[in-house]
Amino acid sequence: MATRTPRGSAPARPRGRAPGAGRRRRRALAGALALTTAAALAACGGDGGGPPTLTWYINPDSGGQAEIAARCTEAAQGRYTIEVSQLPRESSEQRQQLVRRLAAEDDSIDLMSLDPPYIPEFAEAGFLAPVPEELAQRVSEDVVQVALDGSTWRDELVAVPFWANTQLLWYKKSVAEAAGLDLSRPVTWDQIVQAAQDQDVDLAVQGIRAEALTVWVNALVESAGGSVIQDTEAQPEDIELGLTEEPAVRAAEVMQEIADAGIAGPAFSTAGEDANVIAFENGDAAFMVNWPFVWPRALSGVEAGTLDASVPEDYGWALYPQVVEGEESAPPYGGISLGVGAFSEHPDLAYEAAECAISAENQAYYFVTNGNPAARASVYDDPAVLEEFPMAPVIRESLEQAATRPQTPYYSEVSSSIQRIYHPPSAVTPGETGQRAAELIQAVLAKEELL
Amino acid sequence: MSTTTLPPGTKQEPVSAPPGGTSDRARAERRLGWLLAGPAFLVMLLVTAYPIAQAVYDSLFDFRLTDPENRSFTGLSNYAVILTDRIWWTSLGVTFFITVVTVAVELVLGFALALVMMKALKSIRPVVRAAILIPYAVITVVSAFAWQFAFDISTGFVNTWFGWVPGIGPDTDWFGGTWSALFVVCIAEIWKTTPFISLLLLAGLAQVPDVLQEAARVDGATWWQRMRRVTIPNMKAAIMVALLFRSLDAFRVFDSIFVMTGGANSTESVSFLAYRQTIARLEIGLGSAVSVLLFLCVVLISFTFIKVFKVDLSSTRGDA
Repeated sequence: MATRTPRGSAPARPRGRAPGAGRRRRRALAGALALTTAAALAACGGDGGGPPTLTWYINPDSGGQAEIAARCTEAAQGRYTIEVSQLPRESSEQRQQLVRRLAAEDDSIDLMSLDPPYIPEFAEAGFLAPVPEELAQRVSEDVVQVALDGSTWRDELVAVPFWANTQLLWYKKSVAEAAGLDLSRPVTWDQIVQAAQDQDVDLAVQGIRAEALTVWVNALVESAGGSVIQDTEAQPEDIELGLTEEPAVRAAEVMQEIADAGIAGPAFSTAGEDANVIAFENGDAAFMVNWPFVWPRALSGVEAGTLDASVPEDYGWALYPQVVEGEESAPPYGGISLGVGAFSEHPDLAYEAAECAISAENQAYYFVTNGNPAARASVYDDPAVLEEFPMAPVIRESLEQAATRPQTPYYSEVSSSIQRIYHPPSAVTPGETGQRAAELIQAVLAKEELL
Repeated sequence: MSTTTLPPGTKQEPVSAPPGGTSDRARAERRLGWLLAGPAFLVMLLVTAYPIAQAVYDSLFDFRLTDPENRSFTGLSNYAVILTDRIWWTSLGVTFFITVVTVAVELVLGFALALVMMKALKSIRPVVRAAILIPYAVITVVSAFAWQFAFDISTGFVNTWFGWVPGIGPDTDWFGGTWSALFVVCIAEIWKTTPFISLLLLAGLAQVPDVLQEAARVDGATWWQRMRRVTIPNMKAAIMVALLFRSLDAFRVFDSIFVMTGGANSTESVSFLAYRQTIARLEIGLGSAVSVLLFLCVVLISFTFIKVFKVDLSSTRGDA
């Protein structure tokens, strides 16, 4: 270096500065600024002090998970902060986004709200940090069995059950009474079809080519005593399907009966949960199988003045219909379990946060405010829950009978194949449809056919 | 065949070039050309050629995103699976149907709108042009939702408004059948992209020399004769470019189908099929192969348009 100014002293400003000196100075200044910025950014990115921030990828709700995150941040007393990041609305799209991020080993995923059918896929791909043994024991206490089943893969708890959803049979009390249907006892699909025909009303079921259709098909097969997948194996070619067995045939018979009776409404092949609840609210349908969200929706409709108060007053609820008379039905199971990302930098803290999120208090809060039923059995005895959800005991009973959807890392393929073959439901033929679906699933898993 | 005095294989050089090679000036210009165009060329390679090459490479593997360890080379077997599958041919048929129907309707409608924009009174011309172009400004997925809500059996108004048309009633489920669903998809596409085609045709109309029109008028040609003999032949290149651009666009139809039917009732397009294999099924190899085939279809369409219809892209720029 030719010249040097003493450290700390400002350089003397020479008269008659050489051209370009100003530019050099600006460059030096810009360089210093860039270095400072880089240093500041590095501090933000690393463990530059302060409590770590955990990111919880949540499914959209009415703000309940964000509130729980805030509560748990406060309970952590400065050891960590939880931030929520919202995933898309559809569970299949939530899966897609999480898979893309996790396949790229995204370490920003600390906690994630997972739809149970995709848990085996995440676990098998190594996307979930292992649940510590002691914690697994603690979070399994007081939890309905189906929620544990849905969070388990290869006999190990791989996610923490948070809330557990199930479908009920919703009916208009006035119509059921007029039809002489006793819904204090379990009823069969045949009885409901008959009642709907007699009263000239619709029975709302989810016939849309979407996940809702798989939920319905699976519940029918399980209720008839069978399973879509009889033997789950990690290798796709070893999976044994039950779609050609007698229970699957019986399930197809129920679908055919509903289609032939002409009671499923004009939008049978395009109606999902939301369309069905509209049909139920406006009186076109008097019977419906659907998730419990229909209840808070009706109450808020009354509050907003969009629904007459007499509508929810006429709501009745019962256990999911039986396929075979006298044999307990197997209602659909849904809900959310919490997984911890395998690439998270703070898996221990993330599990601590998950344990906080699923506390009985938080589950009761979530149930009452967002209408999402708890995975803990004791929450159903909470007076606040019972006041807001008079059907809470039926929900718990339904969860005790509920069955998971096929547990396999290839669930997406299985579900999409079912949707393709069982849609439209009016074209379902007992025996033949199950056979075709089984053939398609086998071919898709063997990568011999497109989906 | 022209005759030449030069021996075969001898390179013909510009007369002004010094013997034995290009001048310094020409070399400097070429270097400058590379310097100026180089970065853009590099960016093109990165954003276009690289993903295509990656897709071609991936399509030769059995590769599932959630199971990268079991990735294996399978050669062209993914292509064999696709080309022997009925779903591929159905999707291809649906895509061709949507392309042909929408482009044909859009051409007629777009031409009419271009004429309106051309002939509209000077004072209201900007308003007319803006009104015609508004649909093109709407994001495709938003337009798809709007049309879906309009035709939906529970939330839509179409069944009520058009109840007087035979075959339409309160129970008409537009998305419950293949043809009715495709009809709505086509309507949404036509509404959305007719402005694009009309804009290109307007540019073509503006290029037809006024003197030719004037001469035809003096000769006593009717409106139809002038249209058929003067206007349309003079804007042939503009029409072909509009058709080419729109056909390529229509062939990649995705949003409307995704929103409206989710591929139900055999309404799946080739893009949707690629999405389902790659994103939903996570079979990167199979999905890449579908994408490569889609790419080849697009190349084939471009090639057909350019060669068969003899589109001269330069003439549309007015420098032909």
